[in-house]
Amino acid sequence: MKQLLLIAAVLILYLLHQDFWFWRTANPIAFGFLPIGLFYHVCYTLAISVLMWALVKFAWPAKLEQQAEQSTAESSVSNHTPSSGVTK
Amino acid sequence: MIPVLFVFAYLIAVIYIGVFAFRRKVGDHPAEDYFLANRSLGQVVFLLSLFGTNMTAFAILGSSGHAFANGIVTYGLMASSSALIVPLSLFLLGTRVWALGKRFGFITPVQMFRDRWECGHIGTVITVVQAALLVPYIIIGVMGGGTALFAISGGRVPFWLGGAVVALVVMIYVFFGGMRGTAWVNSFQTTLFLVFGAVALIVIGVGMGGFGNAIAELQASSGTAALLTRERVSPLFFISYTFIPLSSINFPHMIIFCLTAQRMQHFKKTVILYPLCMLAIWLPAVFLGVTANRATEVPAIQAKLEARQMLVTQGPQLNPAQRNELRAKSAGDDILLRLLDFYAPLWLAGLLGAGIMAAVMASDSQILALSTMFSEDIFAFYEGKERFGEKAQVLTGRIFVIGLTIIAYTIALRFPQPIFDLAVQYAFSGYSALMPLLVAALFWKRSTKWGALAVTLWTAASVIAVAVFQSVVATPQVVWAVGGVEVLARTPAGTAIFGLMPVVPMVLISALLMVVVSWLTRKPTDATLNRYFAS
Repeated sequence: MKQLLLIAAVLILYLLHQDFWFWRTANPIAFGFLPIGLFYHVCYTLAISVLMWALVKFAWPAKLEQQAEQSTAESSVSNHTPSSGVTK
Repeated sequence: MIPVLFVFAYLIAVIYIGVFAFRRKVGDHPAEDYFLANRSLGQVVFLLSLFGTNMTAFAILGSSGHAFANGIVTYGLMASSSALIVPLSLFLLGTRVWALGKRFGFITPVQMFRDRWECGHIGTVITVVQAALLVPYIIIGVMGGGTALFAISGGRVPFWLGGAVVALVVMIYVFFGGMRGTAWVNSFQTTLFLVFGAVALIVIGVGMGGFGNAIAELQASSGTAALLTRERVSPLFFISYTFIPLSSINFPHMIIFCLTAQRMQHFKKTVILYPLCMLAIWLPAVFLGVTANRATEVPAIQAKLEARQMLVTQGPQLNPAQRNELRAKSAGDDILLRLLDFYAPLWLAGLLGAGIMAAVMASDSQILALSTMFSEDIFAFYEGKERFGEKAQVLTGRIFVIGLTIIAYTIALRFPQPIFDLAVQYAFSGYSALMPLLVAALFWKRSTKWGALAVTLWTAASVIAVAVFQSVVATPQVVWAVGGVEVLARTPAGTAIFGLMPVVPMVLISALLMVVVSWLTRKPTDATLNRYFAS
């Protein structure tokens, strides 16, 4: 459920990037100097950072790290050469 | 001359940091030490260097120039889309690449592809296509150095000398410092342009009499009001541009950087802070680019505005050569330098010039990545390492750095920049189209080496096709329409397919090829799949 919510959040944020509703207007001007289209995307960028925090907090692939730490010596570099029998 | 002295002091500092400051005794694995800093980068250096690697002259100077011509749309088009896609791909793909690199000892992405799909020469094809797409980027870096030094010195340092100095400095610290030196230099550079970007914004804002006034004046003029909206770009173009940041994680220097982190935990803060770094760099760059349209008291900017106006009013009556000349005159890639030159005091302009040089000199990690790919994917793979040993492999990589720098510099002197600007744009689309390689290798068991080959060949063919199309077909014209719907058109910005940028069909067809061809061919052995996908 948590994972589905996070996937939905990513998709919604992607869709929110296409803010056609402010396409042809500069007003209102935020803080007296930021046209609304630019201000929206500044806020959007901040929202991405929050989403990334949520992903790190709730969907961090900790298992990958454990596997990597446990098996650093599992295999040497796999540069297959003709003698290793791998098809070239 | 003071700004030039600051820049040269900066270049000396860069050499010191890259070559001497963080040297370590080389251990048992000289290749891993030289090419990956022994997978030992800490949290802060990993974040700053990864971000700096992705921020090039194109990002800093090009974004201001684009905003100067197109307005605030530049931020949404290039910055906020990247702010979402890049950290997301680091989170989903970068962490997995890091874990596999740690487990199996990979140094390049192609080593992983070869092992994952049990292939050899197909990996070589992928290496060649990746390298071909990367070379124009390196040439642009050399050109950017020459142009920036020329502009900062007010023309006293000629282009050939500026390019040579920058290329030499980069070559020295990449040659001696390898990944460790490059990462530390990148961190230093990122810090510089993060700090100086904010300072430049304040100084120029005060010089212009406040941004509120500048924006009000731009809005009041019919010629510039549109720059504060996004009406100069179509929504379809805007949507399709979100496919471009897919290229980021597929650039070899970016994937290789993912392998340098000491711990996977280091990705956490990188992923969270990446959007904020984007904001800190791109907002000043875009905002200054837009407000430069009001800086008519700067003679060089006034000349650009006049050239643009002439292009609008007299364009149809001019011949192509005259139009190209006016386009070159109105181009805004040096707009930040012009603003600094006029509004900042001399000493500060020097410091800020050094900050801009930091942004321009981003070709280091690309040169190192190509050297890594050559020595690992070609030299070592074709038994050079077995025959001559690992020290010879590192030496080969270092010699490759020298050779590549000399070739890039020679080409940069002989050919005009617009050719490579275009090539870089094709490279972005090409690397986006290579995305299915990484996604399939990491997530799809059933993917095969033949699917990977199909993706790679399609990428090469489609990039060439778009390049040929744009050089042969005059702009603007509809080449193919069905029932009033424009299928294929040549636009001032490039090519449109159903109104979308070519990158969209390139990526979708690439993904389709991976799926179809993989289903039709034999999957890798269970032994390999178990190593990658065992829970």
